[in-house]
Amino acid sequence: MAIEQKAIERLLLEREVADFLYREADLLDERRYEDWLGMLAEDYRYSVPLRMNVRYEDVADRENTRDGEVQWFDEGKETVELRVAQLATGQHWAEEPVSRVSHLVTNVRLESAELPEAEVSCRFLVYRNRVADETDFLVGRRRDRLRRAGGDWQVVRRTLYLDQSVLMAKNLSVFV
Amino acid sequence: MSTTTDSTTDTAGTADTTDAADTAAGSATDTANAGTEATPTGTGTGTATKAGPSTVPHSGVGPVRDLVDVARGEISREIFVNEEIHRRELEHLFPRAWLFVGHATQVPRPGDFFSSWMGSDPVLLTRDDKGELHVLLNSCRHRGMRVCRYDEGNTMQFTCPYHAWSYSVDGSLVHTPGDLHGVPQMKAAYDNKLKREQWGLVRCPHVRSYKGLVFANWDPDAPPFEEYVGDFHWWLDNLADAFDGTEGGTEVFRGVLKWRIKSNWKFVSENFLGDTYHGASTHASVEAVGIGPGGRGKRRHGERQDQGGFSRGRMKTSFRLGHGASDNLAYEVPYPEFAEADMDEYFKSVWQKRTERLRAQGRLLGGRGPATLFPNMSFAAGFPRSILVAHPISPTETEVWRWFLVDRDAPGFVREWLRRYYMRYAGPAGMTEQDDMENWDYATQASRGVVARRYPYNYQQGLGQELPSDLDRAVHSHHAIAGEVNARAFYRRWAEFTDALPWPELTRLAATDDRAVAGAGGGIEIGRREGDD
Repeated sequence: MAIEQKAIERLLLEREVADFLYREADLLDERRYEDWLGMLAEDYRYSVPLRMNVRYEDVADRENTRDGEVQWFDEGKETVELRVAQLATGQHWAEEPVSRVSHLVTNVRLESAELPEAEVSCRFLVYRNRVADETDFLVGRRRDRLRRAGGDWQVVRRTLYLDQSVLMAKNLSVFV
Repeated sequence: MSTTTDSTTDTAGTADTTDAADTAAGSATDTANAGTEATPTGTGTGTATKAGPSTVPHSGVGPVRDLVDVARGEISREIFVNEEIHRRELEHLFPRAWLFVGHATQVPRPGDFFSSWMGSDPVLLTRDDKGELHVLLNSCRHRGMRVCRYDEGNTMQFTCPYHAWSYSVDGSLVHTPGDLHGVPQMKAAYDNKLKREQWGLVRCPHVRSYKGLVFANWDPDAPPFEEYVGDFHWWLDNLADAFDGTEGGTEVFRGVLKWRIKSNWKFVSENFLGDTYHGASTHASVEAVGIGPGGRGKRRHGERQDQGGFSRGRMKTSFRLGHGASDNLAYEVPYPEFAEADMDEYFKSVWQKRTERLRAQGRLLGGRGPATLFPNMSFAAGFPRSILVAHPISPTETEVWRWFLVDRDAPGFVREWLRRYYMRYAGPAGMTEQDDMENWDYATQASRGVVARRYPYNYQQGLGQELPSDLDRAVHSHHAIAGEVNARAFYRRWAEFTDALPWPELTRLAATDDRAVAGAGGGIEIGRREGDD
């Protein structure tokens, strides 16, 4: 009975976390960025390492760039706020006219939970269609650390492994 | 427009559009392989350096110089969208120009390699066990497979996955007793008669590490790097030297940003060699929010208002050799204003060292860029300090690479601050550069139309206003936004290469610069800056 109870609690927690991530995707796709910023903890940190073609035996050490090296993104909330402010100027031509974007978040799995924090892994697929025939797919794995705050969750740490070594999109102007 | 993911092979293999006469000329005068031990094969890799413009093939397009009217300041859109012109660039420009392939600090130890591109050709930058740098064509001499498909690493040898021919990091075929390496089944397949020494990886004949910046050139007739660069070396010096003036005191952060854009590569080179005209409109959003050293709400470069600001120093310098820079060499571009006191203190101290050291040597303090070394290496030596190479993929597609530089002995907090600033500023995730790509891509796309192509682009900024310079084979314009002075020189040089003028002629044409017009606003000393009077 106790074991069953634990499994049910875990299932509910995983469902709650997934719901949070799906709501986040909606806010991004609906361009409700100010609301979205509220889902990020003040000590939020966002990293997207570069992926490199390296030998099989070097994968663990060299496939991804790390702290102190060049990444696509490695920043805190302050910079994310600036990016939101840039979009709001209406003169950020990379997203003006605005793109159509869908964030698909899937394979959501609770890796560990030591409340108030939880480690969650998922896959993402971000589809962007821009102006007419410009279409990008950004696909990969994501690792999030979430923290329960108030009645909801916040993202504390997000690391994203994009499955491309040469970025085939001209930019990364949408939040992935 | 090519939509293949590996369209570099696409563009390199457009043999069907190759004019027969041109190929014949290439074979007869083939010099591209002369730097290797191998016998030139004469299979059309020739640079046709002896071929005059009359042998330029026609596919409805005449000599490209007819499309570049620098006297009127009009340049045809064809050169940005046309397949045949793109093929001629790959054939006559990229294999004859000095190209940036990587930084020496990317291959610090023997056996280290870094994969790069020179025009349409994949190459490997390697360091051998004597510490020498090599640039090798990354294509097996047996059937052409890439012998290395890793971006970087360390190896004793490159072994082709197809038939296992093995090469050392200096390109020679590895000779190991017992045929464990080198050529498998040397006896059974070749009766031990294959001349290994003739079948090494094709080695680039000219490699020059300039303060750690590694350049290479395929053409044995090309002048030495220093002559190719001329007085433009001042800008390269500022890039490669530390902020405190220590010669070559820089290294690159690990990790090269690489991304594809649907733009002609020349938009990229042109943007950095002098186009300060686009800043106010293209980067309005980033100026509005402020991402620079000064912090929120401050200008994106964090310029010190008490010293006039960067824009005051943005006089253009334009070289007959095709290079161009956006700022004045003699204007003292100081360190920026930082929001953080420790950063301010650090850069104040290195700036003091810099001024003492360089003034004692009689050297100039300005020249931070942005700038472009002809044809496709752009850089800025200030904030951010970065190198960009625009690799041509097709007329309407480019792969852009960006490296970031940092002082080798910078303290940890400075390195980290700069790294984060570089990332939020530049590259496809950078708040500034994102908007550049939007413009280059859609400018290229909107120029492909049949009607659009009938109307040239306008390059009339500062036309006839070029002023004499103290620098050899260069002119100045003291207009802050007269970047088209530089663009006109770039495209004139581009046409001379792309029309296959031989190197002696290229050298002769660049020997003198007669652009400066006497009486065009009078002479100007290079230390003067706009608004001084």
